Amino acid sequence: MSIQYYIYFCLALFSIGVVGVLTRRNAIIVFMCIELMLNAVNLLLVAFSKMYYAMGIKGGVVSNAGIDAQIFVFFIMVVAAAEVSIGLAIIVMMYRNTHSIDINFLNRLKN
Amino acid sequence: MNVLEILFYALSVFALASAIMVLISKNPIHSVLWLILVFFAISGHYILLNAQFLAIVNIIVYAGAIMVLFLFVIMLINVKKDKEPQKQLFVKFIGVIAGGSLLTLLIALVKQTDSILGEKVLLKEGTIGLIHPLGKALFSDYVIPFEISSVLFLSAMVGAVLIGKK
Repeated sequence: MSIQYYIYFCLALFSIGVVGVLTRRNAIIVFMCIELMLNAVNLLLVAFSKMYYAMGIKGGVVSNAGIDAQIFVFFIMVVAAAEVSIGLAIIVMMYRNTHSIDINFLNRLKN
Repeated sequence: MNVLEILFYALSVFALASAIMVLISKNPIHSVLWLILVFFAISGHYILLNAQFLAIVNIIVYAGAIMVLFLFVIMLINVKKDKEPQKQLFVKFIGVIAGGSLLTLLIALVKQTDSILGEKVLLKEGTIGLIHPLGKALFSDYVIPFEISSVLFLSAMVGAVLIGKK
C-alpha cells in the first residue's frame, strides 16, 4: 500500500472534522469533531512510522526505525484524554450558567 | 488487488461515511454512536498496520472512556434536540466550501512532494507496533515524558474538580 492513499484518507478525515467545527453550533459536536481531527493525525503518524520502518528494512538498517511515531501517538492519546475531561467540565459549567450549549454564547468570555 | 487493499478501502469508506454521519445527524447521541464507529474503523486500520498496542489503546481510551464521557455529559445536560440552534444556511455553505478548499489545497501540496510518493507502507508485518518494543522504548528513552504525563493527568484532575465544583 503506498503512503499517498493513507495521506489522502487522513486529509479527508481531517477536513471533515474542520467542516464540522465550522458548521455546527452544538459545543459537544464541535468537541467531537476536534477528536476526529486528532484521530486522523494519529492514523497518519502510524502510517508514516510503518513507512519509515519499511524504508529501514530496505536500507538494511536494523529495525527500530519508526518506533518514535507510535510513542508519539500514545502521548497524543494521553493528552487527548486529559483535554476531554477538562473540556467537558467547561461545557457542563457553561450549561449550568447559560442553560444552553450554543457556542455563540461564548463569543464574549465575560459573564 | 489483494485482500489487504480491499480491507484498506473498505475501512476507509466505512470511516469516512461514519464521519460524515457524525456531522449530519441531528441528535447528539447518534453523533456519538457514529463517532464510536469511526474509532473502530481507525482501530481496524491500526490492526492492518500491525500496530496492535495502539489498536487496543485506541479502543479502550477513545471508544471506551472518552466516548462514554461524552454520552454521560449529553445525557446529563439533556438538551432538547428541537432546541438546538442551527447556523444559517449561508454560514454552513461557507463552512463546507472552506473545508473543501483546505482538502484540495493539502492534496495538491501532497501531490507535489515526490520524495515520499509511492513509498510503501508495510502492512500486516513488522514488529515495532507490538507491546514488547513499544514498552522498552517507552520505559527507557521516553521515561521522562511518561512521568511528566502523569503530572499532566494530576493537573487535569485537579482542574476538572475545581471547574465542576462551583
